Amino acid sequence: MKAIIGLFIAAVLFIGSNALFVVNQWETGVVFRLGEIVKSDLEPGLHLKTPFINNVRTFDRRIQTMDSQPERYLTGELKNLEVDSYVKWRVSNVERFYTAMGGDFTLANQRLSQIVKDGLRAQFGSRTVQQVVSGDRVEVAENITRLANVEAAQFGIDIVDVRIKRIDLPRDISDSVYRRMEAERNRVAADLRSLGAEAAERLRADADRQRTVTIAEAYREAEQTRGEGDGLAAQIYSKAYGADKEFFSFYQSLNAYQESFSNKSDMIVLDPSTDFFKHFNRSSN
Amino acid sequence: MAWNEPGKPGQDPWGNSGGSSGKKDEPKEPRKRSDQDIDELLKKAQQMFGGAGNKFNGGIGGIGGGAIFLIILVVWLLSGIYIVDTAERGVVTRFGALVTETGPGPHWHIPYPIESVTKVNVDRIRTTEIGYRSDAQNRSGSVLAESLMLTRDENIVDIRIAVQYRVQSASDYLFNVKDPDESLRASSESAIREIVGKNSMDFVLTQGRDEVVAQVQELTQKNLDDYQTGLFITSVNLQDAQPPEQVQSAFADVVKAREDRERLINEAEAYANRILPEARGQAARIVEEARAYRDQVVSRAEGQADRFTSVVTEYKKSPEIMRERLYLDAMSAVLSNTSKVLMGAEGSNNIMYLPLDKMMGSGSSSSQPTLPFSPISGQSTSNNSNTSQGTSTPANQAKSETNIRDYLRQRELR
Repeated sequence: MKAIIGLFIAAVLFIGSNALFVVNQWETGVVFRLGEIVKSDLEPGLHLKTPFINNVRTFDRRIQTMDSQPERYLTGELKNLEVDSYVKWRVSNVERFYTAMGGDFTLANQRLSQIVKDGLRAQFGSRTVQQVVSGDRVEVAENITRLANVEAAQFGIDIVDVRIKRIDLPRDISDSVYRRMEAERNRVAADLRSLGAEAAERLRADADRQRTVTIAEAYREAEQTRGEGDGLAAQIYSKAYGADKEFFSFYQSLNAYQESFSNKSDMIVLDPSTDFFKHFNRSSN
Repeated sequence: MAWNEPGKPGQDPWGNSGGSSGKKDEPKEPRKRSDQDIDELLKKAQQMFGGAGNKFNGGIGGIGGGAIFLIILVVWLLSGIYIVDTAERGVVTRFGALVTETGPGPHWHIPYPIESVTKVNVDRIRTTEIGYRSDAQNRSGSVLAESLMLTRDENIVDIRIAVQYRVQSASDYLFNVKDPDESLRASSESAIREIVGKNSMDFVLTQGRDEVVAQVQELTQKNLDDYQTGLFITSVNLQDAQPPEQVQSAFADVVKAREDRERLINEAEAYANRILPEARGQAARIVEEARAYRDQVVSRAEGQADRFTSVVTEYKKSPEIMRERLYLDAMSAVLSNTSKVLMGAEGSNNIMYLPLDKMMGSGSSSSQPTLPFSPISGQSTSNNSNTSQGTSTPANQAKSETNIRDYLRQRELR
């Protein structure tokens, strides 16, 4: 009796556990009846099913990240670029996702990777490096998101976002970029140095000019002052000497004689007949 | 509030399936750390319950079985108590579905396995590093694949940022994106490259630093919001923005060149500062010298004029005498100070030879002034025409040739 009751309870528990299932908040589920999908897009929470006949599979419905390895793409001007992108996607239609992908996320990632690579190749091929790097990055991403979504919808996948993470130049090209940068910096440095030399020379020249001008102006003032002095002196002389012109001439001559012959080495050859010697000669005769 | 919830269960699936769920219905959902202890408790309780049920069904100790059932029920209910820390939020799920989010403080949820709670720290600032990784000693190693990026002008820059963020919505953080932290990382890496790619190298490396960082934060946050990660970026810090290692010397040279330019300019300014005051001083000297000349000339003129005026006044009184005296004074002053030759050339047409250069040459040397004057005296005394031989003149003149005045005086005495 005890055993029967025990068995009964065990059976109830077993069946009950098969009739109930939980769908987590981050999941969605599909209910199969003997392999055929009867219900999909299950809400999170506790659900009932027919034991043994119904089968349940739950899938992650959070946003997934597909981060593939960096790939080389050719741009419109046939330059190679190494591009690292990632795709954000989520399961939008569980039923289709299950039928197309067998509910395999790895497989889904692979297919998405192919789709996005194709899209990127097309997008990059029609653009220059410049456009890809600076301008159209967002546009490229948006185009791919839109185009890839068309294909991905067949798998029950919704691509939330395709983003280009890195756009790098291949190693040999980046080396030449470094050389170019170096040359450019050298140019800037030379530019700066010669600008400095120019400014310095200008300053020096200006200083030299100022010096010359200052001295010349001083010279002008000096000459004016001297002239002023000379004029004043002349005025004084003529005023004083105007009193007796004849005597002035005599007096000034005498002064001039004295001043002119003041050195021992001055030689004067005298004629005794001059006025100075009039007495000299008379007494000797 | 949470304590009122015991009233609720009647409306819940638990109420309907209470009998079965209380039994060994093995839960499929992953167990949380905080529930570990409760789990064990529950297991024990379930075993006891199962045991009691058997006994009850066997008709042994009805009252005792009821009491045990009650105790087990109370213990089970109490196991739903949990405390949310100040920095945390509790996310309550019932059979996996989100029920509510609870703030800090003590709470109660319907015990396992019906409801469970996950605590998420929403205050802790998390950091992700892009372009480098710092270890525990805070030394950082660079990750060049991440840090090197292209600018708009196709230059390459080396940029390292640190993104600091925290969880804003605990339930979004848990349920919307598979790996929110990694999403943030990828998103910010993409954002920094997008922003740097839109700007020129000079801008990124110099004045644009703040702007770049602000834009990265904005763009990344927008992305995260699109994905509903429940993350909030508190700050983006630019750890380093510099040219790549390969070209750093060239960049350093530019800095040096800039210094060189400043140096050259400073040197030139020093030169200007040196010569200009000098020039001004020189100019002042020139002007002052001219003024000195003017004053000198004027003073001299005044002096001479005054002197002349005085003399004229006296001269007017007796012109003849004054004139004669002045003349003689002047002549004597002149002749006393100079060398002289008196030539009585009257009436003789002889050609005289005066060795002037010789006389001048020896006259300049004061040691022997006698020689040049001897012919003068000889000539004047003898009055011979053969003066060319005047060097051998009578000796009585030997001492008097130095001064013609003395000589003249002598002649007068004779």
